[in-house]
Amino acid sequence: MGSDGSDGDGAHGAPETDEARLIASLLRGDEAAFMRLVEQYQAAMVRLAQVYVRDRAVAEEVAQDAWVAVLKSLRQFEGRSSFKTWLFHILVNAARTRSQRERRSVPFSALAPDADGLLGDEPSVAPGRFRPAGEPSAGGWITLPQPWDDQPEASADSRETREHIAAAIGRLPANQQSVIRLRDIEGYSADDVCQMLGISDGNQRVLLHRARSRVRQALESYFAED
Amino acid sequence: MPEMTCKELVELVTAYFEDALPADERLRFERHVGVCSGCSTYVEQMRQTITLVGGLREEDVSPAAEQHLLQAFRGWKRDGS
Repeated sequence: MGSDGSDGDGAHGAPETDEARLIASLLRGDEAAFMRLVEQYQAAMVRLAQVYVRDRAVAEEVAQDAWVAVLKSLRQFEGRSSFKTWLFHILVNAARTRSQRERRSVPFSALAPDADGLLGDEPSVAPGRFRPAGEPSAGGWITLPQPWDDQPEASADSRETREHIAAAIGRLPANQQSVIRLRDIEGYSADDVCQMLGISDGNQRVLLHRARSRVRQALESYFAED
Repeated sequence: MPEMTCKELVELVTAYFEDALPADERLRFERHVGVCSGCSTYVEQMRQTITLVGGLREEDVSPAAEQHLLQAFRGWKRDGS
């Protein structure tokens, strides 16, 4: 038995074996096994669904639909991806379909082309903060970013800071939100997230970078207010 | 190889963290951060941002949702699909 226990999923031993065992338990109708999975993934699934459908109750329905879809195709699960990436992949598709249905008439929707969050040129820092081309030190900071000192650690527990961060994430295009949530909140690997969202490694990184950059900007303005 | 500018560097921070920069690019990045206090602050802020975002994690499955899921599971079992 492997005992490194380092994959953070609370599972021990080889993943294939664990997953095969898990699927077998579900197929046997093992309720306890199912509820353990729910405990492990449901909260993250609901949060992720809320990227596409804001309403919490609707997000919970979407998550439930995803579970049902997973159960229905459990026998066809071939283990080409891990169970959790398969689960989240189904969830994201269900959430997208639902938002399509619900937001058909809303002008800014998760379906707008920039839901991708990949279009256009989106500088990480406002271009005005750097010396323009042609000047000495072109591309250098005009005013240096000010260290946040120990503020972040100190304020990590502050409700106000958390609300600011959550709001900044909420303003991101849907795909940027999904990526930053899965990577930085839920702690999934880049590979997992590519599979869950069906995106390339390069796009995953661009989305993550844009999302983090925007959140950093929001934090910078917030810390500057004090 | 020209020096990396601050404006270029801020676009590469995530690629740097993810170890996705080609070796020469990585070297230019590190060389720049080593001598530029603005960029070293910036990189640190990106790290702090990641830590702070990570702090949003919460586990809160509603008991009602749990009940619904259990029922869905029982329904699936019963239908033997």
